Amino acid sequence: MTNLKNSLTRRIIPLMAAMVSSTCLTGADWLQFRGNDVSGVSALSEIPATWSDTENVAWKVDLPGRGASGAIVIGDQVVVTASSGFRQDRLHVLSFDRASGQKNWERQFWATGRTMTHPKMAVATPTPASDGERIFAFYSSNDVVCLDLDGNLQWLRGLTHDFPNASNSLGMSSSPIVIGDTLIVQVENDAESFATGLDTSNGKARWKKVRPKKANWTSPTFWQEGDAAPMALLQSSAGIEAVHPQTGKTIWKFGDGASTIPSSVVTLDSLLIPSNGLTAVRLGEKVDDEEGSPEVLWNDRKLGPGTSSPIAVNGKVFVVNRAGVLQAADVNTGSLLWRLRLKGPFSATPVAAGKHLIFFNEKGDAQVVDISGAEGEIVGENTVGETILSTPAIADNEMFVRSDGHLWKIAK
Amino acid sequence: MPRFSRSFAAASVFSAIVFSTVANLSAADLSPQLKAVRSVSREGQGNEAAAAAVRTLSAASASDLSQILAGFEGASPLAANYLRNAVESVADRHLAAKKPLPAKQLEAFVLERSNDPRARRLVFEVLAKVDSTAGDRLIPTMLLDPSPEFRRDAVQRLVGEAEGLGKDSADKAKQVYRKALSGATDSDLVKKISKSLKDLGDEVDLVSHFGFLTAWRIVGPFDNRDFIGFDIAYAPEKELDFAAKLKAKDGEVAWGEITTSDKFGIVDIAKSVAPHKGAVMYLATSYEAAANRNVEFRFGTPNAWKLWVNGKFLFGRDEYHRGMAIDQYRVPAKLKAGKNVILLKLCQNEQDDDWAQRYQIQIRVCDPSGVAVLPVSSKNQTTSDVRSQKRQPQRLTAQAEGASE
Repeated sequence: MTNLKNSLTRRIIPLMAAMVSSTCLTGADWLQFRGNDVSGVSALSEIPATWSDTENVAWKVDLPGRGASGAIVIGDQVVVTASSGFRQDRLHVLSFDRASGQKNWERQFWATGRTMTHPKMAVATPTPASDGERIFAFYSSNDVVCLDLDGNLQWLRGLTHDFPNASNSLGMSSSPIVIGDTLIVQVENDAESFATGLDTSNGKARWKKVRPKKANWTSPTFWQEGDAAPMALLQSSAGIEAVHPQTGKTIWKFGDGASTIPSSVVTLDSLLIPSNGLTAVRLGEKVDDEEGSPEVLWNDRKLGPGTSSPIAVNGKVFVVNRAGVLQAADVNTGSLLWRLRLKGPFSATPVAAGKHLIFFNEKGDAQVVDISGAEGEIVGENTVGETILSTPAIADNEMFVRSDGHLWKIAK
Repeated sequence: MPRFSRSFAAASVFSAIVFSTVANLSAADLSPQLKAVRSVSREGQGNEAAAAAVRTLSAASASDLSQILAGFEGASPLAANYLRNAVESVADRHLAAKKPLPAKQLEAFVLERSNDPRARRLVFEVLAKVDSTAGDRLIPTMLLDPSPEFRRDAVQRLVGEAEGLGKDSADKAKQVYRKALSGATDSDLVKKISKSLKDLGDEVDLVSHFGFLTAWRIVGPFDNRDFIGFDIAYAPEKELDFAAKLKAKDGEVAWGEITTSDKFGIVDIAKSVAPHKGAVMYLATSYEAAANRNVEFRFGTPNAWKLWVNGKFLFGRDEYHRGMAIDQYRVPAKLKAGKNVILLKLCQNEQDDDWAQRYQIQIRVCDPSGVAVLPVSSKNQTTSDVRSQKRQPQRLTAQAEGASE
């Protein structure tokens, strides 16, 4: 836990200071995919290990459209996106009162880009992001919508409208993240592939750079040490590119390739990349060779994740493989610590609350694993009875998870 | 993408007249704000001014809705979304405060088919919140509406009606299904209706219903190993000469013909010609239009492609095996009266995975709402009588893929 607290202190506090200019954050928010620091970890939270229709479900509300996007939590509201219509070309942003589940407001938009996806996916697959005072909703159609917390439109962009070959017929899923006053968006596909840093105040591009011409469903993450400038970490089939969020200028590259589905995760001082299994590289400005690559700390081919991204908690990394086997390994060495068979298949990335990891499989079955002991132990099995592809959000002692039809708040 | 030729100014006058019949004419002049919103353009240009304008528009009264709705006429997809947000804000504010909305005027706007289809649908959904009878009264009249959403609702009602008829009412059910089919453009509903009709003994000509192009001239394979072919302008891109012998990947090739009998118009090169890999094939056909008109070429393919109409390059996409569906791509085009020449370049890569072997295309001609636009003659024409044409330089058109409804 000490390592984790140090990590949070070193990485989150400077970033939050940069992110938030006027809104007071309680620390109880979950502002983007895998949370504020993109770790998927809410170290101090306690989520019930078991729940049912009559126990530990604070509320359940209907949603007007489909979505594999996760909820985000901003103060007293929970925000989700959805897509509806025969062609999924109606884009929704919804805000619910966190305490009651009452709908605060809903805004809809027409997709300006292509809306074809694999049947399993939805146009509302990327998780929205927030800087605490604005909401940035992103969709597979490559529409970006910025609203204030009352649902008032601040700006919008149609990235396929602007760049007509930027699309993927299977759908796009990369979730944007906010770093300071820049929204990092990866629009990577087989045809017109790019990443861009959008000014959060007006949606204009601070930078736009060509990216590998290959379909890519991964999401960016970031690294920041102390008061140093943060770096955005962009994953693709080529590897990882670390860039300055404000300029897009390349800091370093890891060029040994990486998965195009599960995303990398940052630990205390390393980045765990789904590359040739799982590869750990040292993070920082310093690079390892003249080509500007980071130092490779370890690699293990048996730790390759399936669809879910890995998660690192308290010195361990947890990976679910395609067979649904959860593997725990030492984050510093990659040494396998234990294995535990779960009931899959999984699309959602697990989240951590205190000593528990929470896994939602595609059938809507949630498995709660206690990771505090020498071996992992399933301590709770629950179901919401609907397909779950989204990654849950955790804020304080509350968890929010959505299906195509509903949003649940799980809490005592 | 403008859908009607009437000007924004004319639309403003019309909407003002419609709304003024009961509600007072707006006191506020919102034209500066509407101009700001309608000026928003690529890459975020005009976003700040548009956002400021929407703040003003969102504070407008219900009687100002006519002005805002008129702003949809000819608005870009980006501007339409800004306007949508303003309309939603005005409506939500009035509904939350239990203030009346001008229901009769809203309904008149919905029923006027020359108004922007997006705005009409938006207004209908607002109207339905204050008038629970709106759906039952209005939707049945919208079977052939320019708005695909209205038409879909009307079709679904008829399908429901047909399904509710007993086995003793087969003839009546056929009539209702046929009526539903007349307005159906969404593939799921067309498939459902055609299956029901087939069960009742009626066959549906899906090729004609969708407007698939089924007869083509074809030549190739040209080289696409290592993906080189997409960017190489082989001979058919420079000049269409169906009598010429062309140097290709494996030697000299000549134009042949291919006609599909697939009920969904799929031209399957892998099965009907050869399972070429690392290849480029060209397909050409002619299409006789009754008059000059705007259409959409809609097609599905798992292969990379480029499209020319009358020698003008319209769009291309370098993507392989990411799925195939009816209306996967939508490319706006202008047809001239008489004969039009359509040229397709279809590329196959070298993947050996089982799921990467399809080499096919399904293409149709329709209006912007998805209704088939058939050629003058009921059968597609091959290009045997098309004279040689020189190509225009390639240029990606910005509207080609941004035309989602």
